[in-house]
Amino acid sequence: MRKRMTRPARRTPQPCTITLAASAAAALLLLGVPGCSAGDSGAASPTPTPSATSSSSFAIEDPWVKAADEGMTAAFGTLVNRGDRDVRVVGATCDVARVEMHTMAMQGGTMVMKNEPNGFTVKAGGTHRLEPGGDHLMLIDITKPIRAGDTIACTLTLDDDRTVDFTAVAKPFTGAEEQYDPDAPDSEHDANTHNGGH
Amino acid sequence: MADTDPTTDSAAQRPTMSRRRLLTGGALAAGGALAGAGLTWGVADREPPAGTADPVSFGEQVEPFYGPHQAGIATPAQAHASFVAFDLLPTVDRAALGRLMRLWTDDAARLTQGQPPLADTEPELALLPARLTITFGFGPGLLRAAGRSDQWPEAIGSLPSFSVDRLQPNWSGGDLLIQICADDPVTVSHAQRMMIKDARPFATVRWIQQGFLHGRGVRGDGQTPRNLLGQLDGTTNPKPGTPEFDAAVWVSDGPEWLRGGSALVLRRIRLDLDDWDRLGRAEREYVLGRRLDTGAPLTGQREDDPPDFTATDESGLYVIPEFSHIRRAHVADPRLRMLRRFYNYELAPATGGPPEAGMIFAAYQANVQRQFVPVQRKLAEADLLNKWTIPIGSAVFAIPPGCEPGGWIGERLLA
Repeated sequence: MRKRMTRPARRTPQPCTITLAASAAAALLLLGVPGCSAGDSGAASPTPTPSATSSSSFAIEDPWVKAADEGMTAAFGTLVNRGDRDVRVVGATCDVARVEMHTMAMQGGTMVMKNEPNGFTVKAGGTHRLEPGGDHLMLIDITKPIRAGDTIACTLTLDDDRTVDFTAVAKPFTGAEEQYDPDAPDSEHDANTHNGGH
Repeated sequence: MADTDPTTDSAAQRPTMSRRRLLTGGALAAGGALAGAGLTWGVADREPPAGTADPVSFGEQVEPFYGPHQAGIATPAQAHASFVAFDLLPTVDRAALGRLMRLWTDDAARLTQGQPPLADTEPELALLPARLTITFGFGPGLLRAAGRSDQWPEAIGSLPSFSVDRLQPNWSGGDLLIQICADDPVTVSHAQRMMIKDARPFATVRWIQQGFLHGRGVRGDGQTPRNLLGQLDGTTNPKPGTPEFDAAVWVSDGPEWLRGGSALVLRRIRLDLDDWDRLGRAEREYVLGRRLDTGAPLTGQREDDPPDFTATDESGLYVIPEFSHIRRAHVADPRLRMLRRFYNYELAPATGGPPEAGMIFAAYQANVQRQFVPVQRKLAEADLLNKWTIPIGSAVFAIPPGCEPGGWIGERLLA
């Protein structure tokens, strides 16, 4: 018979996770991210645990990309601005695709995806989620299949010309088949639905 | 990973540490990095507004994921379990297995710590881990797919057929296994769904076996659980944290990739409870060799009294009968005992009639050929209990060692 089955909860540190705790008032409090560096984008990357540059005060945490064989797909994550001024993401690139910044808007009862030429603004000390059904990075015409478990290397450009490199892991994901509004400005899409893309 | 003696573990002396305590207590003031607590899913997400609910007790408890051994073996058995076996898709090779295991390792590392994995579509369901563990096992088919069949340990080998077996293919075999255990069935369900979703490009589900023990808190932690025969089951298990446990459970020789791992024999055993009902209490205890109330051997008073197999009654017969279960199953050398981590199951039939009941017999050991096989041979030859316990499923998996942050389960075989 076992002597004891209760054990205290223990924290197991994970390597590259920014930690945020929220008070009851839901105020966000940043605790810092020591020793967290950009991950290896190659296949030798030990885990798909996404990475983010931490040297700057701006990062993307938990980035991931929807696995896709061809065409379009999308990348997600949480933009974190630890600085004391608002930051705008003005551009994004990935090694396997051209990238646009997209947003979602309700249009005639349907969520429709639109290009967001002005990029994503993250308030000072704030976060901004990129997620299925919401703002996201749209990968156009991927140059090779992005298989589940692969990682892709991407870079964000900020409005002060800083860049943020990150590695996104590919997850199998069936959601986020949003309608695309072909009349949206700055569109270069030739289809109005992303099937299997994103 | 090894369990610690409560008398030497100061943490055990204080109330259970919860995530909430960590996040709202002194740890904040200290400014330490509470890595793993996550970015966007914090206390505010899991905590109802004050005054609407009683405090959470077991839900926030976590088991460590990283370590030399995988969690879910030495871990005190959680109340609920799901064993999911997969068949690999024909296209899956070693590189693909590496991608799967990296994805799965990351999922498990997050889920077990109460954090939603990436692309979790129901992230709120991940916030209360309730001591969730996710344990990975590799079947021989996985090594074949990886081109590493030569790395399948002889100590595991394959199981011979036993005369009592009534095995059904739909409860047997599998290239890959995940064992998901937690004190909350919703947590188990969510973890299972996430893991199956991430396996879609690589594997299909072959079978799922779900089981239960007593609800957490219903009996004292540490008490031996009862199976559906009413029997205390697991009395002579090796005790985590002892040299006997380490020798009995963890692989220390054979192929390098498995050292620090273990081997799991998973048997699905149907119970003929209707026929068991025909037996009186004394007959049942005669079959088992133990008392039903205390679990004590028929020669003893307490559950942990060692059985005296030489004791005879006034008529000269053994007090613990020749063909009783505990005599047949007895292994004298504690280093050769299996760690039995069983779960009860009960299946409601799809079309009426009584449920099917049984047990998922999960036995962890260092060497299947030296531990499970000889015991099962002895039981199959002449265990009175065979009449009511029918093996209908069987599978064997190599359980790779654990990993450290930055590593992944199976890396030493698949990298």
